[in-house]
Formats: sequence, C-alpha cells, structure tokens
Amino acid sequence: MAGATTSKSRIAAAEPLWLRLMLIGLAILFLTLIVILPLVAVFAEALRQGIGAYFASFDDPDVLAAIRLTLLVAAIAVPLNTVFGVLASWAIAKFEFIGKSLLVTLIDLPFSVSPVVAGLVYVLVFGIHGWFGPWLVANNVQIIFAVPGLVLATIFVTFPFVARELIPLMEEQGNEEEEAALSLGASGLRTFLRVTLPNIKWGLLYGILLCNARAMGEFGAVSVVSGHIRGETNTMPLYVEILYNEYNFVAAFAVASLLAMLALVTLVLKKVIEWRFGGASTVG
Amino acid sequence: MDIEITHVSKQFGAFTALNDVSLTVRPGELVALLGPSGSGKTTLLRIIAGMERPTSGHVLFGGEDLTGRSLRQRRVGFVFQHYALFRHMSVFENVAFGLRVKPRAHRPAEREIRERVMKLLHLVQLDPFARRYPSQLSGGQRQRVALARALAIEPAVLLLDEPFGALDAKVRKELRRWLRELHDEMQLTSLFVTHDQEEALELADRVVLMNNAVIEQVGSPQEVYDHPTSSFAYEFLGNVNRFDCSVEDGKVAVCGGEIVVPVGTVNGDGKAIAYVRPHDIEIFNGAVMSGRPAVVRYLMAAGPVARVELSVGDDGALIEAELGRAQLHALDLRVGQPVYVRARKARIFSAAGAAH
Repeated sequence: MAGATTSKSRIAAAEPLWLRLMLIGLAILFLTLIVILPLVAVFAEALRQGIGAYFASFDDPDVLAAIRLTLLVAAIAVPLNTVFGVLASWAIAKFEFIGKSLLVTLIDLPFSVSPVVAGLVYVLVFGIHGWFGPWLVANNVQIIFAVPGLVLATIFVTFPFVARELIPLMEEQGNEEEEAALSLGASGLRTFLRVTLPNIKWGLLYGILLCNARAMGEFGAVSVVSGHIRGETNTMPLYVEILYNEYNFVAAFAVASLLAMLALVTLVLKKVIEWRFGGASTVG
Repeated sequence: MDIEITHVSKQFGAFTALNDVSLTVRPGELVALLGPSGSGKTTLLRIIAGMERPTSGHVLFGGEDLTGRSLRQRRVGFVFQHYALFRHMSVFENVAFGLRVKPRAHRPAEREIRERVMKLLHLVQLDPFARRYPSQLSGGQRQRVALARALAIEPAVLLLDEPFGALDAKVRKELRRWLRELHDEMQLTSLFVTHDQEEALELADRVVLMNNAVIEQVGSPQEVYDHPTSSFAYEFLGNVNRFDCSVEDGKVAVCGGEIVVPVGTVNGDGKAIAYVRPHDIEIFNGAVMSGRPAVVRYLMAAGPVARVELSVGDDGALIEAELGRAQLHALDLRVGQPVYVRARKARIFSAAGAAH
C-alpha cells in the first residue's frame, strides 16, 4: 500500500511545471472572479461615499428594524432547530425503528426543495385563504406577513443543518459510552449531559453555525411569507433588495456588508471548529 | 452474589438469539460464556446486565427477580470489548464517574471519591496515569481503566464482553493472568464472553459452551475439554480431526486405529463421526507396518509442540497431528516424506447427532 501511495504522489509531482502553474492559476482566476471580486465590491460600494455615509446608513430606523428582525428570527429558529436536530439525530443514530429511512430522507427535504416553494406552502397552509386561514383570522392570530411566518419559513429551510452534521457523528460513536454511563448508575439526562453532549459538541457547534448563517441569510422562503412591510417584516436580505431597487446603493451595500461580514466570521469560526473538531475526533 | 437465569429466550424479529436458556452462576465464580459468533453469548450477557430485555424468562440476582429492572438499577459492572471509556474525561474522571452520579444522599465526599479512585487505579496499576486521557493509553491500559471504572460502583456482579478481544496476543495473555488474580482476590461473581476457547479454558472456573441460541454444555474447563458431550463441543474446543466412519460390531476403524465405541454413545451400528485430537495421532516411519500410509505436507516446528499436516490415503484428505520436539527429532520428518499414521484415541458421535 505504502508503495502505491508514494508512486501515486510521484506521478502527481511528475506533471510538467507549466501544467501545474496553469491549473493553479486557473483556479485562482476563477475564485477571484466569482468570489473575491464580488466580496470586495460589496465593501467598496458600501464605502464609496466615505465612512461617514456608510455609518449614516445604519441611522435609518427601517435598517435597524431589519437587523433586529433578522437577529430575532435567528434567535428563535436556530435554538429550535438545534433541539430538533439533536433529538432527530439521537433517534436515528441510537435506535432502530420503522420509518427510520423515511425520516432521514425527510430531514434532507429542505435541501432539495426550492425555498420559494417552502414559503408558498406556508402561505397555502396559514394564509388568509389557506387551510387554517379562517380559523387563524377568527382567533386573531397572524402568521403570514408577520414574524411567526418568517420564523416558520426559516426553520423549514435550516432544519437539516444540525441533524445532518450529527447523524453520522453519533452513528460512528455508537451506544457504548451511554450504556457504560447507565450501567454506572447515571440517569438518562445525566448521561446525555455528561457523556453524549461532550462527545458531539464540536459537530453540534459546527451545525449551529451553518444553521445560523443560513437563517440570517435566507432570502427566498422568507420573501414569500414576509409581505415586505417596512420596519416590520423585512429581514436584512429582504431589505437589501428593497434599498437596491430604490437606487439607494450605499445603504444597500452597507447592509449587505453586514451579511458579508457574517459570512466571513462564520468561515473563520468554521475553520476554528474544524481544527478543534479534527483534533477531537482523533481522540478515543 | 449468585445469578440465576431461568428459561430466558430472546427474539430479534424472526431471529432467535436465545432459546430457553437456564444457568446458575454461584457466588464468587468466574464463568466463561464461550461460543462462535452468533451463538447468543453476548445477548445473554446483555440480558443479565439489563441492556436487553428477554422475550421470556427471568434473571435473578441473589434470589431477587431483576427482569424488569433497568441497566441503571442493577448495579452491574460492565466491561466492553472496545472499552467504551468516556473519551473527553481523564482516567481519574472516568473511574470517578460512577461515584459522582450517585444520588446526593449516597454520594461520597470529594475527598473520599479521590481516595477510592486512587485506590482503584492502584489496583489496576495505573496510578501514574490518572491525569491522562483514554486516547493517550494503550489498549491494555484502557481496558484496565474500564475495569477500574466498573469496580468503582462496587458492583454485585462483573460482566465482561470479550474483554481481551481488541488486544494483541501478548497483552491479552498478561491481562488474562492479571484478571484471574484480581478475581481470586475480590471473589466477585463474574461472567465473561469470549469466542477464544483457550481463553475460556485457561481463565474460567466453569465454561458455558453456547451454540445456536442454546447452551451445549456446562462444566469445568477440564470436564468440557476431556468429555465433550456433543460433536459441536468436540469441534469447538481445540483442534480436531474429523473422520466419517461406520460402526460395526461396536467398533470403528478410524485412521488405521481400531477404536471400541463406548456403550451408550452410538445406538447400534451405522454411520458415525469420529473425532481425533491432533495429539492423539501417532506417526511412524515406514519401518512399522501399522496404520495408514500418509505423506507429510507441512511442518511447523517453531514452538514447544510441532504441528504436522499430512495427507492420508488415496483421497488425500488432510489431517493434523501434534508431537513433541523430541519425537519430531526422532522421526526426522521432512515435507514430502511418506509415513504411517494411526489414531490412538477417538471420540465417536452418531452421524445424526452431528448434523450441525
């Protein structure tokens, strides 16, 4: 085996220099064009009229409302999806039951369905003309075009992240440590907190991070259920579009720059977790 | 504490893992559950621990029926094949875990926990490793930590699931001897699962031989080795040569030897199976006109006992023989050399009884 791998790497290293340079150059060029340039453009546009104008954009109460709403939606959706994700992966990884593979498939559904469809489904179910519409109106509950609808749509779109991250991890770790804890007299809750949770914490954090990034950045699904009421149901991504359509480029890019920074912070944290996670997974 | 298992059966869907198994383990006994994979031995151990519920039957500890009690309530020390140490806890915390999770009223003070853990670590000869993490230990050390952790709760019984299965041969041997000493010292009723007959025979007070969801035979290592009651037991315990033969006038001709069939083992004449242990095969040089002609095919002389593979007769069936070094030297065997072989002893089972 060792011989095979060395000969393989020798073959890889034997590629002519010009070919290697060309491939690397091509990759860099592509990345620059598709990722780095737009990212730079976001900040450049936001700062086009100086740092003063950039910060002035955030004086707009509607912008502040959009930021607050985005944070609120994420603050509700992410913890719920964390709990759901942990429960679902626990059930899938540690127990055998009928319909298990169906559940696994369903968890992946939001990845394969267009977010717009997800939004529309909620309008169909909870909208005024939807299934529960009349009842909701009668009881004075508003879901669509209000915060609950935004939260629902966000939960739908982001619920696979935590579960997807944890299922393979928990399956790999198996039941034995939990069984050992129980045999030593620990309660179920205690076993979860002292044994299971520490074992999955890096994977869980990673999942939460991705879930949060998506929850804050989601556009399609929330766009359908939002109704775009200024200062009330516009999240940051939605408000960026509105500002842009109103030719308020500096403000649009200023808000967009916040989302871009969120993405950068997420990337850095992701790298940190991967590094810790990688170290942790070799343990045991 | 004694363990009593009465008429325990376990179904996994259509698969029968245990079929009406009964067993009594005496206080302070060290019992091996021995059998091939799929024989139900691990399922039985897990049922005793409370990790699985029997489909029917009862498990009693010291006369008390624990069938409905959970793993948590049974006070069993359980040792896993792959250790199952808490990977994010230090060795010390692993051993202390069982003490720390006790209800507040029974939980020892921090100082006492410290003392007890260090005493256990001393017992398993790992006191210098208290601050290490499981990943920093060797397999043998990990298994000793797992044992200390199980002993920390002062269990009523100790259950070990293939405790040496993941260790290399040398460490396995050491740990085996060490566990035997530990058991003799502590007198804790213990059951361990193994598929290694040598391990079971060397370590256990009694061996429970399992096959196909039932117990085939229970007895001391000497008993089960010398007097296997079934063809399965004979084949499973140690190397054996198997010959098809037929009984005539209460005698069989096996591999050049004429063996008298003990009364009661085979009913009347007919087809039978004879088992001959490798050390019961005699080898002669051509000079002796006795036994059957054979040819040496393979020689393994590294070790105290030499293993010889021979092809016998016209069909060239391979048999295995064992002989001491001195004997090997006297015979001066070479691969390809024609010799004569004869069975000194054989164990005969009727062919019907040996169907599996």
